[in-house]
Amino acid sequence: MSDEYDNNKSYQAQSSEVMDGSAGSANPDIDYVRPAEVGEQDLYHGHSFIEKWVFCQDAKVIGVQYFLTAVFTGIVGLILSWLMRLQLGFPELAGFMTAEHYYQFVTMHGMIMVVYFLTALFLGGFGNYLIPLMVGARDMVFPYVNMLSFWMFFVAVAVLMASFFVPGGPTGAGWTLYPPQTILEGTPGSGMGILLMLISLSLFVIGFTMGGLNYMITILQARTRGMTLMRMPLTVWGIFTATVLAMLAFPALLVSAIMMTLDKVLQTSFFMPTILKAGEVLEYGGGSPILFQHLFWFFGHPEVYIVALPAFGIVSDLISVHARKNIFGYRMMVWAIVGIGGLSFFVWAHHMYVSGMNPWFGFFFATTTLIIAVPTAMKVYNWILTLWRGNIRINTVMLWCLGFIVTFVNGGITGIFLGNVSVDVPLSDTYFVIAHFHMVMGIAPLMVIMGAVYHWFPLVAGKMLHEGLGKWHFWITFLGAYSIYFPMHYLGFIGVPRRYFEMYDSPYMTSAVGMNEFISIAAFIVGAAQFILVFNIIKTLKTGKKAEQNPWKANSLEWYTSTVPPEHGNFGERLPVVHRWPYDFSVPGAKDDFIPQTTAPSEVIHTEVEKT
Amino acid sequence: MSEQKIDGFELKPGFKGMASDTGSDQTMFKGVHWGKAMMWIFLLSDTFVFSCFLISYMKGRGSTIVDWPNTSEVFSLYVGGVPVPLLLIAIMTFVLITSSGTMALAVKYGYEKNRKMCGWLILATAVGGLTFVGMQVFEWSKLIHEGVRPWGNPFGASQFGSFFFMITGFHGFHVSIGVIFLFIYTYKVFAGHYESKKRGWFTKMKGDYVEIEILGLYWHFVDLVWVFIFAFFYLW
Repeated sequence: MSDEYDNNKSYQAQSSEVMDGSAGSANPDIDYVRPAEVGEQDLYHGHSFIEKWVFCQDAKVIGVQYFLTAVFTGIVGLILSWLMRLQLGFPELAGFMTAEHYYQFVTMHGMIMVVYFLTALFLGGFGNYLIPLMVGARDMVFPYVNMLSFWMFFVAVAVLMASFFVPGGPTGAGWTLYPPQTILEGTPGSGMGILLMLISLSLFVIGFTMGGLNYMITILQARTRGMTLMRMPLTVWGIFTATVLAMLAFPALLVSAIMMTLDKVLQTSFFMPTILKAGEVLEYGGGSPILFQHLFWFFGHPEVYIVALPAFGIVSDLISVHARKNIFGYRMMVWAIVGIGGLSFFVWAHHMYVSGMNPWFGFFFATTTLIIAVPTAMKVYNWILTLWRGNIRINTVMLWCLGFIVTFVNGGITGIFLGNVSVDVPLSDTYFVIAHFHMVMGIAPLMVIMGAVYHWFPLVAGKMLHEGLGKWHFWITFLGAYSIYFPMHYLGFIGVPRRYFEMYDSPYMTSAVGMNEFISIAAFIVGAAQFILVFNIIKTLKTGKKAEQNPWKANSLEWYTSTVPPEHGNFGERLPVVHRWPYDFSVPGAKDDFIPQTTAPSEVIHTEVEKT
Repeated sequence: MSEQKIDGFELKPGFKGMASDTGSDQTMFKGVHWGKAMMWIFLLSDTFVFSCFLISYMKGRGSTIVDWPNTSEVFSLYVGGVPVPLLLIAIMTFVLITSSGTMALAVKYGYEKNRKMCGWLILATAVGGLTFVGMQVFEWSKLIHEGVRPWGNPFGASQFGSFFFMITGFHGFHVSIGVIFLFIYTYKVFAGHYESKKRGWFTKMKGDYVEIEILGLYWHFVDLVWVFIFAFFYLW
């Protein structure tokens, strides 16, 4: 590369757009960046404890609040999964659990993990903390609305948790909440449980919309000088695209929640067909259960990418920093994120193959589903090529990233199986599907979250997490997760049905029992291993090593704040001015192996930086 | 507007301009107020909400086995013993569209810093919205009086009442929220908060007349959605 690179041109390390601005002057200054378009943001600083830490308008505090609330719900979800595994592996020890309990745990585990844990953690947690820092803004553009967003989410979580304590318990209809059985008597939690679930989801959507508007406008309209869209870290791209998806997909969830609430409360028949119950015709009639499935999955499939795209973005940044190499094919990565986001709106019916549909319809959705493999594969290749000949540091963060790549490829490949109608139909109701989506949207994004926690903890808390504990955490989680989900593929192939409380007298009673015990033990260990992180965080906060500024030698703006951890307003008196992308690692001719985004071209005039 | 220059950045027309704006630093929508951009994106999201409602309505109406009620009979008013179809709806629509006109004028006078005119016109818009909601209450009570319920009605498919109350209710909710904000902004404008740079009650931020335009965007959107509801419920 360096041979062909024209040294004379290397100081055009600014974007051509920025150069445009000074084209009129006779002697273009290579460090020129256009003056600020928008005046200084008017920030409201809290004065009391309540304004600073509870009803706080600082996006960083809101991010931490989101993070902690989401982690709390995630631990609830984890405990539910333990209970499920206890029943599946050792039913004799789970005598307290009835089939109704089991279905309630399945439902709440699914809903909590997908919506209240992963979505809230990535967009609410990492989004709030990182977006303003990474694009060089003082805060989100509407801090007050941002604060409301978190408290709306908090109320949504409270309502969800309240459903554990109402008569009849939480809903047990499966996380997809398919009517008509969801709101009919006989389904666990068909009274107050489902009502609270629907209310909670509606609140979540309203709260998220407030946050989402903030993320989008901050990224589109409040970047610092010199920060073009194509100089943003991929983390921001991932979160941005996921937010766009959420803004367009959550409406379908809101509408289906409202309609089902009315079906439940007012006996309307939006989703309810004529139903005979014990020889008696119910009040309902004329509605379409399939309509709910369409609305739900029009939300549900983009939701998968709402979780996955921020993970893609974050892991790209982590890999680049810890392999000391620029991200391979930055623009390709950006377009792949955008492309996956766009495609995700045209694949929803692949969740409904077994619901029955016109064969051509299935053909269409199988085709679009498989097309998504193209941009995703591009991303995987680019991650691997970023690692290729990189100066890789095998630290905890990098381990999580490598774990992510492997797990994501695994889950992705089983996704190609399931995208085909003829393969999906026999596998759809088996453990194969459980294994697939836990690999691809459970474990893989979780690995990124863990990597991101180890990576950004020094920024948030100003202290370094313990590496040794981190490695133990990684290896137990990684090997354990594979012990859980690899055997599940096999269970799926031999036809063990999912969502069954027990196997009764079926042949699976003998053939699957040993494997179920093994999976359960692995699940207990992996779940317990997560508390290593909790311990690590508490220990580090008390006695941990103080982090220097920018401990990973990264380039992006969040590491160049005036104080660590950053204060309200982020960047001290003057906002940073950006001259390059955040991936100038190991640049030939440069003094250090990294060139921060704020370094002016004239300071690195003899280096072979990429033109961004 | 095409002459607008933003400190060393030339705004070009057409697709080229869009590409160069997108590729530039700081902002994507040059010179657009944050709040205004936010409202546009919110409205896009809200469009999806109403689209989901209306598509569900089409699907529900298309797949019932019982006949749909004859809307020109159900929605008619008796004037001197003669049924006049769509009379009430015509008046409601007229009032709402008129309030859009007063809103647009309020925005104009707001930017001209004509505080009094702006205030009166926002008040007129609020009154128009309130009238609309009032007439909707009248229509609802008339239908309920005739036996139309969310779970059934004497005229045909039970989904008629379900969708009607849900979708007009959701729209009416939007109008009501708008009316509340219109009254709040009437007060803010008459009290001169934008001139004195008084900080907001909740947000603690200083306001500007651009807020009137943002409110106007929302109000026009609510009107536009009504046109679709009108077409789908009353004319189909």
